[in-house]
Amino acid sequence: MSQSYDRGLVEDFGRWKEFSAGMWAWVFHKFTGWVLVGYLFTHISVLSTAVSAAGNTRAIEAQNDVYTVVISTLESLLVVRILEVGLLAVAVFHILNGCRLLLVDLGVGLDAQDKSFYASLVLTGAIVVASVPTFLEGVF
Amino acid sequence: MSTQIERERESETETESEADAVTELPSAQEARMRKKAEARADREERAREEAQERADAEDSYHLKVFRYDPEVEGKMEPRFDDFHVPYESGMTVLDALIYARDTFDSSLTFRHSCRQAICGSDALFVNGSQRLGCKTQLSDLDQPVRIEPLPHSEVEKDLVVDMEHFYDQMESVEPYFQTNDLPEGELEEQRQTPENREKVKMSTRCIWCGACMSSCNIAAGDNEYLGPAAINKAYRFAMDEREGEDMKQHRLNIIEQEHGVWRCQTQFSCTNVCPKDIPLTEHIQELKREAVKSNLKFW
Repeated sequence: MSQSYDRGLVEDFGRWKEFSAGMWAWVFHKFTGWVLVGYLFTHISVLSTAVSAAGNTRAIEAQNDVYTVVISTLESLLVVRILEVGLLAVAVFHILNGCRLLLVDLGVGLDAQDKSFYASLVLTGAIVVASVPTFLEGVF
Repeated sequence: MSTQIERERESETETESEADAVTELPSAQEARMRKKAEARADREERAREEAQERADAEDSYHLKVFRYDPEVEGKMEPRFDDFHVPYESGMTVLDALIYARDTFDSSLTFRHSCRQAICGSDALFVNGSQRLGCKTQLSDLDQPVRIEPLPHSEVEKDLVVDMEHFYDQMESVEPYFQTNDLPEGELEEQRQTPENREKVKMSTRCIWCGACMSSCNIAAGDNEYLGPAAINKAYRFAMDEREGEDMKQHRLNIIEQEHGVWRCQTQFSCTNVCPKDIPLTEHIQELKREAVKSNLKFW
């Protein structure tokens, strides 16, 4: 909106400390949504190495075809494992908050919308922590 | 406190009218008047000092008030002024502003009228949230109390913002009762069921203060978005059964346009700041569902 004066950066960025639950939920939902869209592209590019590997039966049996090599190289990197944990966090939050938004759209429990946001945060945290051993297994 | 203000106001107006008269009076009278004026100025000065002393004492509240005046050179640059206002039990943000204006700086500008959360003129941005000045207790706030004009609207001067756009949006949803099906008989009343009244009850409480519109992230980015208040107003009439089906369809057509209900992203900012506790998001969501229902065809 047009401004007849300049309140400085505070107008645009300084308010995040004052955000309420619903606002944070929206910000996180947008953020995780974009991360998932970004992941989709890397996901497709990794999977598409299977196209060139296809049909090369001997290489597949020897486990040195392009696809297997790419996947096992990626999985041997600690960074990738940590990013995977992050991906899980992002996906789980997006799913849980998506369910919350479904309820909001149906007009169910609007009074508890902040609580359901906190609940989805806590659940996300719990699931992510529980998954860490699985994701980091054998990388060290 | 209010009596004190009244007295001060009276003395101010007296000063003005007497000052006008002075120019035409003979010299003896003039001298007397001047002496009186000086005495009065002294008294006022003393009162101001006393107020300052009281304010310096422990029981005072520290206000940081946004100041801006495009018409006065040296005030064009926005700044924050500090006021130390002596606290009285039950003092609201508006009371403190009135005290600061009457005691320290008469050029401090803000809108207020009824002081009881009915007129909707004193919505302010207090400590990072849109609140009604007259409905916010100082004791609920952390110091310094930061008072700013509503965000996302143009500031005219100090705490006064341009509300024209907000009123335009309100008027665009036709905020008045209209119907095609009138009851039989010329003097017959248009009756509403108690259940229907209960349904629209909360939505009728809007006082057009603009707090919701200012808090809305979407309205900030999309100038054409109707905004929570206008949609709530549309809800109030769309859900009123007395208006009839035709009119409800007409109202849904207005609010389901590109910049209508579908812009709402359920951030609940408006619901959080509404000083009249109107469940704005709930109403917007219900209108979304109504809009979908009226457009769905299964044949």
